[in-house]
Amino acid sequence: MFDKILIANRGEIACRVIKTARRMGIKTVAVFSDADKDALHVEMADEAVHLGPPAAAQSYLLIDKIVAACKATGAQAVHPGYGFLSERAAFPEALAAAGVTFIGPNPKAIEAMGDKIESKKFANAAKVSTVPGYLGVIEDPAHAVTIADEIGYPVMIKASAGGGGKGMRIAYSADEVAEGFARAKSEAASSFGDDRVFVEKFIVDPRHIEIQVLGDKHGNVIYLGERECSIQRRNQKVIEEAPSPLLDEATRRKMGEQACALARAVGYDSAGTVEFVAGQDRSFFFLEMNTRLQVEHPVTEMITGIDLVEQMIRVAAGEKLSISQEDVKLNGWAVESRVYAEDPTRNFMPSTGRLVSYRPPAEGQTGDVTVRNDTGVYEGGEISIYYDPMIAKLVTHAPTRLEAIDAQARALDAFAIEGIRHNIPFLSALMAHDRWKSGRLSTGFIAEEFPEGFRPIAPEGETAHLMAAVAAAIDHKLNLRKRGISGQMRAAAPVTFETDRVVMLGDQRFDVSVEDMAYATVVRFGEGHHHEVSSGWRPGEPVWQGTIDGAEVALQVRPLLNGVALSHAGAATQARVYTKREAELAALMPEKVAADTGKFLLCPMPGLVKSIAVKEGQEVKAGEALCIVEAMKMENVLRAEKDATVAKVLAKEGDSLAVDAVIIEFK
Amino acid sequence: MKDILEKLDERRANARLGGGTKRIDAQHARGKLTARERIELLLDKGSFEEFDTFVQHRCSDFGMENTKVPGDGVVTGWGTINGRTVFVFAKDFTVFGGSLSETHAAKITKIQDMALKMRAPIIGLFDAGGARIQEGVAALGGYGEVFRRNVIASGVIPQISVIMGPCAGGDVYSPAMTDFIFMVRDTSYMFVTGPDVVKTVTNETVTAEELGGAKVHTTKSSVADGAWDNDLEALLQVRRLMDFLPANNTEGSPAWPSFDAEDRVEMSLDTLVPDNPNKPYDMKELITKVVDEGDFFEIQESYAKNIVTGFARIEGRSVGIVANQPMVLAGVLDSDASRKAARFVRFCDAFNIPIVTFVDVPGFLPGTAQEYGGLIKHGAKLLFAYSQATVPLVTIITRKAFGGAYDVMASKHVGADVNYAWPTAQIAVMGAKGAVEIIFRQDIGDAEKIAARTQEYEERFLSPFVAAERGYIDEVIMPHGTRRRIARALAMLAEKKAEQPWKKHDNLPL
Repeated sequence: MFDKILIANRGEIACRVIKTARRMGIKTVAVFSDADKDALHVEMADEAVHLGPPAAAQSYLLIDKIVAACKATGAQAVHPGYGFLSERAAFPEALAAAGVTFIGPNPKAIEAMGDKIESKKFANAAKVSTVPGYLGVIEDPAHAVTIADEIGYPVMIKASAGGGGKGMRIAYSADEVAEGFARAKSEAASSFGDDRVFVEKFIVDPRHIEIQVLGDKHGNVIYLGERECSIQRRNQKVIEEAPSPLLDEATRRKMGEQACALARAVGYDSAGTVEFVAGQDRSFFFLEMNTRLQVEHPVTEMITGIDLVEQMIRVAAGEKLSISQEDVKLNGWAVESRVYAEDPTRNFMPSTGRLVSYRPPAEGQTGDVTVRNDTGVYEGGEISIYYDPMIAKLVTHAPTRLEAIDAQARALDAFAIEGIRHNIPFLSALMAHDRWKSGRLSTGFIAEEFPEGFRPIAPEGETAHLMAAVAAAIDHKLNLRKRGISGQMRAAAPVTFETDRVVMLGDQRFDVSVEDMAYATVVRFGEGHHHEVSSGWRPGEPVWQGTIDGAEVALQVRPLLNGVALSHAGAATQARVYTKREAELAALMPEKVAADTGKFLLCPMPGLVKSIAVKEGQEVKAGEALCIVEAMKMENVLRAEKDATVAKVLAKEGDSLAVDAVIIEFK
Repeated sequence: MKDILEKLDERRANARLGGGTKRIDAQHARGKLTARERIELLLDKGSFEEFDTFVQHRCSDFGMENTKVPGDGVVTGWGTINGRTVFVFAKDFTVFGGSLSETHAAKITKIQDMALKMRAPIIGLFDAGGARIQEGVAALGGYGEVFRRNVIASGVIPQISVIMGPCAGGDVYSPAMTDFIFMVRDTSYMFVTGPDVVKTVTNETVTAEELGGAKVHTTKSSVADGAWDNDLEALLQVRRLMDFLPANNTEGSPAWPSFDAEDRVEMSLDTLVPDNPNKPYDMKELITKVVDEGDFFEIQESYAKNIVTGFARIEGRSVGIVANQPMVLAGVLDSDASRKAARFVRFCDAFNIPIVTFVDVPGFLPGTAQEYGGLIKHGAKLLFAYSQATVPLVTIITRKAFGGAYDVMASKHVGADVNYAWPTAQIAVMGAKGAVEIIFRQDIGDAEKIAARTQEYEERFLSPFVAAERGYIDEVIMPHGTRRRIARALAMLAEKKAEQPWKKHDNLPL
């Protein structure tokens, strides 16, 4: 076994690898760019080596520097994590030349599977079922259209070297193929340094199901069940689970065996993932093989009890797999949410900046529920513009799917992040979604269920009562404290306050009475309906955790002028607790009309202006592209929200803009 | 007997109607509450004791003798806010438009006199049309009586003004002499002369909102210390403010039980100051992470944002916070910021509220606009205010403390009691680039030499240690322990006694 390994990655995956290495008694070396010198993975590792400037091309993608770092520190092996160099055959080759072991598959397997066209040829040879498509190199838009016409629409245009949804487009017509081809090509070139793209049939209502395989250097390959990653937004996975609610035992075995056949065909000797697209009828077609550890690997670990990083390290060190296919037992259900620094209410625009607050829920096992949070950040750390904006992967495991979902919802409610925008409200809304709960999934789920984008919903029914009860209990606690202020006129007879209160959740009114009992604060809603609320929450804390009628509940709490903002289970509201008289007079207060910002195109995120498509005086139609702002290496096209005439263009190409900076003024 | 009691009830009911239901409805239609409704919201339930309910004006000109309304356009009395005594008057717009008569003024001065005698705060709610013209000089005399009492009480009891409707002409000067003015957005405005007169005299066309709305006074003129969206929001926030303020200048800061641990550690403060000295950070994050429960009542939030002022609590007791804000103009001191902070420091000092100062200041703002605008005298106001303060002063330098601004921002030299610096502090006459270009002028052409000199300067001076070697800084502290350090310093300073020599009064550079 190795004494010391280097992790050629950053963020949560570097931290996650370090944890396993440490448990195995292996010393760790981190690498970092200028932007990451205070990052968590640097802190966690035994040693750290500086690579270069923040841009990945000048740091985490520099093979020479990483090989040199191995030599300098005496690291005997390198774990590549995911992304960066993890699927570049040149990397293990360079390591091998320097006598360093690559903790991953052999370069030939990477090469064979890394190219989507090559991998399909292998899959066909290994009798893995594949989607109809064109496997050659496509020269130009016209060629792409011809191919698409042959396959039949809709078709998918993808980057050969790609992964994770970048450079991927769906086209429903010849025109769209022509346009999408050019865009996919340029994105492929900028993202992967390889502009080859290919075209294949697009399956309607597909589900994304993938098989985790594990091989060693002695020809053994096993599969560790499947993961379903159908909840995607623009081909980026948002929620993953294991097992899949779609599969039965027979299909699972069939997919597993095909995956293993493919792995054997390429001499696969590490952890890898064979991705399938599945129809609602449980038909399945090979998509691609990812020759690395997947982002969503924790859900497999939770249901199999197998540490995939440990297995990767062991097989890399030449050990034989100690697990046989019969040993693999799937236990319970695991759900993972990807917590991203993005604003779900602004079309998921990336958000960067300082993590003013970062308080994840408590990890560990309570009863038969386990919470795991894989992260690479800490409170006071920075979400930089240079890398993937993932903050954490929150995983919950429980005996059944619904229990795991419930646990995930609770854990999301207890996850406090401030300083940047994040997608937790959206993840919470997904967890509360009936179609998700019933397992009727497809990769179009988000587009279908949130066609207008995401808006937090107002609480209803029992959720509203529960939130009103918490607001009343918070108000009660603060009122009690006010009676303790110094300098009262008659300190011996402290001022009394009314315990009959009116809780306003936005426009919803609840008349309650609040009473302190030894065991809880009792909030009565009249007609015998009441909640017993108990919590150790203290003002200033962003998460209210406690029990309501004995059940564990968490809510997000933020102070507001004369009230609190509450969110829970995907619902959000502004709560104000009034006396009866205050509520009566509050009703007389005029409604404030928000200022009209429709006259301006505001920069939705901090970024760089790549191009501006309109001129002053030009008339634009709703939906027309106005300009492109680059952030997080993604080109975001900003479009007109309504028909308008451009009055002024206030930014120019190359400008670096802050969020809400005015780009264009309309007449 | 019962008859007589009933009569009283009847008279009271009549007085409470003010200008009548029609006018009350009109007031509501404008989004405003009546004087009595406002008082109800401001004070603890049932605590209001009204005085002079039946006072009527004595004017007999222009037919005024035929229109008399009990109360005469202002509701006065006292009550409690969370059990603490306050005096209050509220202009009643439904009665003669709230205009001020001789008797109306007498009602206010009665309350002013009582508040001063009882050493309890006084809150005025304004919604009125100015002097009652029919009364002529009698009304003007009334104003004068109110003004003089504002001045006598200044620095003895807190005086708070809330502008909840029109406030024009003579009416503006009483609020102007109180400690804080708050406004209600869209329904209140304040000016000496209204749009009509402005048009006649200067030919300028301007709306009431543009001339003296909440936005103007909170962002441009700095007349108002804050604004809220409606009457209810404003009055509840005034209640919140009163919980921070002492009743008078001898009582000391109020306190209540804190839910927050005094030794709470905030690891994230260790990364608050960015590595790049030209990168801003939000000073309000430091404030809310250090004070009790993150609760901060900001004063003049929208004006001169390069300095932050407001009230908070440490271990349950009120403190005043003054902090440079690197997010705005790099936290530089200009005329506006200096005046804003000076007035706040003097309020805290007058009422024995300890002051915690967070310093990250690159200096005073250069330029003709500033110099012509009297930066020297405005900057001097802040210097004066700190130098004169005898309350406990705790200062934390987080990053830059350059030049004269270092001295001004509650340095040891002007009388601060406990001065701490973070390891990221840079206490020097100026930044490295400027300093090197002056000290090593002969090397300016030689980039290599300049780089070496710059590095030398940075190492020697851009740290807290030169100041710490001299004792100007009592200790260099870890950012994460800032709350505990401040809490302990304030506890140690609780009984601080410092006195100024007798003087009639000082001569602040106005």
